[in-house]
Amino acid sequence: MLLRYRGSEGMLAWAFHRISGVAIWAFILLHVFDIWLASVNPPVYDELLTIYGSPGGRVVESLLGAALLYHALNGLRIIIMDFWPSMTRYHKQLWYANWVLFAVIGLPILVQIMAPAFGLKPPFSFGGQ
Amino acid sequence: MAIRPSQPSRIRPTGSGWELAIWYLMRLTGLGLFVTALAHYIIVHFLYDPKDQTAQWILDERWGNIAWRTADWLMLSFVVFHAFMGMRTVVQDYTKGGVRTALTMLLYLGAIVIFVMGTIAVMTLSFPVRP
Repeated sequence: MLLRYRGSEGMLAWAFHRISGVAIWAFILLHVFDIWLASVNPPVYDELLTIYGSPGGRVVESLLGAALLYHALNGLRIIIMDFWPSMTRYHKQLWYANWVLFAVIGLPILVQIMAPAFGLKPPFSFGGQ
Repeated sequence: MAIRPSQPSRIRPTGSGWELAIWYLMRLTGLGLFVTALAHYIIVHFLYDPKDQTAQWILDERWGNIAWRTADWLMLSFVVFHAFMGMRTVVQDYTKGGVRTALTMLLYLGAIVIFVMGTIAVMTLSFPVRP
């Protein structure tokens, strides 16, 4: 189904939505488990954090953020078209707008997350740490 | 050339009130998650760094008051419904018959387990919390 369908913006938007959705679902399983671990066995949870904070962990973290942001933006696009059917005519433009927002919102977050993996200080500081 | 509008999403179901309710709830929880899950990601990954978020830090900062625990539990409710019902749609697209029934039941069971585990975490991480 995924590979046989005619390829164009609408098909790609759908495929990315499905792939990112399944990926986020899988992460939710892990994430609820780790936060449950924090309540029943804090030392093991703290150990897990060192994996999350490692360079590899940061790459996965960024990929998760990308899946989340894409799924969220495309989800809005779906809702707009579901409740305002005439907008379906502009589904490609809406999808391109998604990618603009994706880049504008995503890039600063990507830099902030990946900086420590390169031994750099995160560019944005909020006095939290 | 005739306009062939793309099929934007799952077609709004007709005939079954139950399926229609799920269809609407997917959009409603989706909007809820747009706010809560994106805010959560920004707090945990942009404002703070996960490497600093030890169990003690969660206790002191993230879940230091009942309002944050309530907000996070609301997010848990949204995400369990949205993620597992989304997976149900995927299962229904690719399987049929007994396999579909078995996988769907497995998803419902998984949803309950994840919801209970998350609820235990958000409610019992050194409960009661500071006022």
